[in-house]
Amino acid sequence: MSRSGHRPFSLSRIGALSGNTFTELVRLKVFYFLLIFALLLIGNSLFMARLSFQQEFQVLKDVSLGAMSIFTSILAIVATAQLLPRDVEDRTIYTILAKPVPRYEYLIGKLGGVLLLLAFSVLAMTALFFAVLFLREHMLIAATMRETTGMRPEQIQEAVERLKASAFNAGLVPGIVIIFLKASLLAALTLFISTFATSNIFTVVVMVFIYFIGHLQSTAREYWLQEHGGGVLVKIFVAFVALIFPDLQLFNLVDDIVAGTAIPMALFAKTAVLGIVYTSVYLFFAWVSFHGKEL
Amino acid sequence: MIRSALVLFFLALFGVLRLPIESRLSEQHRSAYFHQAQLELGLREQVGQLGFLAALSGFRSLVADVAFIQAHVAWERTEWGRVFLLFREATTLQPRSVMFWDMAAWHMAWNASVAAMNDSSQPNEYLRRKAQKEYFALGRDFLERGIKNNPDRPELYESLGRLYKDKLGDHAAAARCYERAAALPGAPEYDKRFAAYELSFAPGHEQEAYTALRQLYDLGEHERLPTLLSRLKYLEAALNIPLHERISPSEK
Repeated sequence: MSRSGHRPFSLSRIGALSGNTFTELVRLKVFYFLLIFALLLIGNSLFMARLSFQQEFQVLKDVSLGAMSIFTSILAIVATAQLLPRDVEDRTIYTILAKPVPRYEYLIGKLGGVLLLLAFSVLAMTALFFAVLFLREHMLIAATMRETTGMRPEQIQEAVERLKASAFNAGLVPGIVIIFLKASLLAALTLFISTFATSNIFTVVVMVFIYFIGHLQSTAREYWLQEHGGGVLVKIFVAFVALIFPDLQLFNLVDDIVAGTAIPMALFAKTAVLGIVYTSVYLFFAWVSFHGKEL
Repeated sequence: MIRSALVLFFLALFGVLRLPIESRLSEQHRSAYFHQAQLELGLREQVGQLGFLAALSGFRSLVADVAFIQAHVAWERTEWGRVFLLFREATTLQPRSVMFWDMAAWHMAWNASVAAMNDSSQPNEYLRRKAQKEYFALGRDFLERGIKNNPDRPELYESLGRLYKDKLGDHAAAARCYERAAALPGAPEYDKRFAAYELSFAPGHEQEAYTALRQLYDLGEHERLPTLLSRLKYLEAALNIPLHERISPSEK
């Protein structure tokens, strides 16, 4: 603690800023998208009733996780992009920074609020998704039991086991965690862009481009690192893409998890650590860009 | 200006530091069967610009599901050419989905082949048979490519075994498929039995089949199922196994 009693880093100040940001975002009624998510799940499971149970569960999981991924990514970008411009417009930022609140605390607090919002959203969507999966699984088990009269108990048991294996696999949970980490990375990157952006729209548009380029970054990296043809200019461009943009493809594991690919714990941990490193580094860049900025 | 240059420098430095780590992690993902889809220009023509963009942006499995549902609708309308193209699209986008490969092969080798054989618009039987064989080959091709993409899953070996057995009449090849399925983790117990049954139908493999069936028989009561007993008895007679080595005649 310094002589004046002011601490250079305070978790309670960051907590207050995060809580405030979270409340502000909730007041924007962003959770309405959950209604769309619920409708999508219910509509999907009703339509898929014409397919076999394996097909139905695969499509249900693909649609749910795909929707979860797109909703969290959009939420991360749009919610973060308007944080700094809104604070400048409302002049809240001057009130906060006039107090002994360091700029890095302000940024951490803002990002914390968005991450809290993302965590709540992912939790709510996961709960909805698992509830629909659970309900469909039980409905199908009940229907299977009705159709198995005359079958041996071990055959019935095997049928039920197969059905359960198609419905829920433990790999879904790490897959959802990776979706959250990807959204966190996007939020941190959006915060970084918004520190030098001229407007809210500029940030969103740049982030949409980064989103698409980020998914192609691995292709660029491989092209650059391997000995392919192509001129010097192409090589420089590809190197630029590989060095500047994040590799978002590394966080796209749910496609294969739904298809039954098991994710080893070590691999999940490495991917998760990479997500956390990305988020922290982009937050640091945001601070570098923001700390001496004239407001 | 200095701040912008500093940020750009840090960004590039971070890129240099993370590049080898990402390359390694990407390799590890691939060896764990992630990111195996080959999104090439050929696919762009199949799925359209929007679909291709969606596939590139992390919605590969969703685009694959759309193709799969379209294939399902095409099957209901018995549009076999469309079924084939849409399944090719779905399996290219989602090569780790065993179900897509399996369904594609089933539609080709079972449904489309029967439809081709019963095609009233084709009076020439030779041509109908030729079309049927072509569909068998398409089904086999789907399963073989599916196995290449999913060598760790027993289901497609089982399906290929079934195709060899029911459609191509090659029992030795079917036995090899069931054997390979049985060797994989998570394979059902019956794969070993099926391998032995198929071998017992393959001419020239009688001794091998007898040994396999006898080994299963010796495992205990739970393996002594009616098919196993009847095939074993048939082989005992065919191979002139001495009476004292044969299984009890009372076993049915």
